[in-house]
Amino acid sequence: MYAIFGDNGAGKSTLLRVICGLARPTAGTVYIFGSRERSAFTGRLGYMGHAPMLYDEMTGMENLRYFAGLYAIGDSARCEQTIAAVGLDPALTRRVGEYSQGMRQRLSLARAAIHDPEILLLDEPFSNLDPSSARAMGRLVAEMRDRGKTILVVTHQAAHLAGIADESLWIAAGRIAAWERGIAAAERAAAAAVVS
Amino acid sequence: MSSLAGVTASNLRKDLRLEWRSKDAVNAMLFFALLVVVIFSFAFDPTAEESRQIVGGLVWVAFLFAAIVALNQAWMRELRNQVLDAYRVSPAPANALFLGKALSNFLFISVVEALLVPLFVVFYNLRSEGPAWQLVPVFLLGTWALVVVGTFFAAISLRTRSREVMLPLILFPISIPAVLAMVEATTMVLTGTETPRFWITLLLVYDVVFTTVCLLLFETVLHAE
Repeated sequence: MYAIFGDNGAGKSTLLRVICGLARPTAGTVYIFGSRERSAFTGRLGYMGHAPMLYDEMTGMENLRYFAGLYAIGDSARCEQTIAAVGLDPALTRRVGEYSQGMRQRLSLARAAIHDPEILLLDEPFSNLDPSSARAMGRLVAEMRDRGKTILVVTHQAAHLAGIADESLWIAAGRIAAWERGIAAAERAAAAAVVS
Repeated sequence: MSSLAGVTASNLRKDLRLEWRSKDAVNAMLFFALLVVVIFSFAFDPTAEESRQIVGGLVWVAFLFAAIVALNQAWMRELRNQVLDAYRVSPAPANALFLGKALSNFLFISVVEALLVPLFVVFYNLRSEGPAWQLVPVFLLGTWALVVVGTFFAAISLRTRSREVMLPLILFPISIPAVLAMVEATTMVLTGTETPRFWITLLLVYDVVFTTVCLLLFETVLHAE
């Protein structure tokens, strides 16, 4: 798991959007699984954006069934397993518009992981979460890492990834300013900010 | 890889479900078209013969303006919560999204037409002098013409700042041949003066050409930044 830190506007979210093909790089080329063709990796990559990317008027299961269909997954049991894996009740009839922020974030993670992708890109998965929901989200991400997924997490909250992230990057003005083990890059940058 | 038919059906089901729960598009269209029927009826107070001459134009102008409401709403749903990005990163075919959206818009506008046509008949004291069944292909082909081009241009105007204004500005000029054919064919059937075969054929050709062009270009539009 790679944790990506940086100040606002440093280019963290843009990096994820470029990797998953939502934005085009101004320079350079992105190779995923040895290919730069979108079609080569779309089904093997999951993206959880800053926004939940869910339909407010539909229930959690309806949302997941719809997004599973985009990956040719017609198995309703798989949707139930995925939604249960993020700690939500598949039988919940409440619409997503009535969910709490924590529930939305968890369902958004389930949406990104519904097709069991090899690479997961998570943009601010801990934002707007209370401490216990953030800890629960951290556990979910750690479980996914332990199942062998490559995960890139963009966040400002380094503490939630302590002991989880294998490596960390500090991005400044669109460039990698530091790349270290654990969350050392974030800690060093935070210390430097305090000193300056 | 997800199949075009399967994902199209899934998109259609999703759009119908969202509209059934929110009723945003149908309510707005119905209210707008109803206003046009009533206001023009009182403004002109036409005789039965005059009605047959002008109603073709009134009907299609009312439905064209009402369709704009539905077309803008259709894509707004995809922008909320950035759901469109989730579709863009998936391997689902782009055209399945376009077809699902066009078919759902076609159904919404057809429902509004089915509800309002009887009102036009009552308010304008209409009686068709020609074979009324010919209005069926005119309405089906005419509605598809509005919907297919409208859905495509609504997707293009999605990323512009004043998209509500932009859509009619780019849609109306390109719809002129179709609107002309709809109005002429409807008037000919109502007045019974000539056969509308030429205009119905023109509508059919317009539909085939624009459906093909839209399907060829939609993937580029969807993945444009």
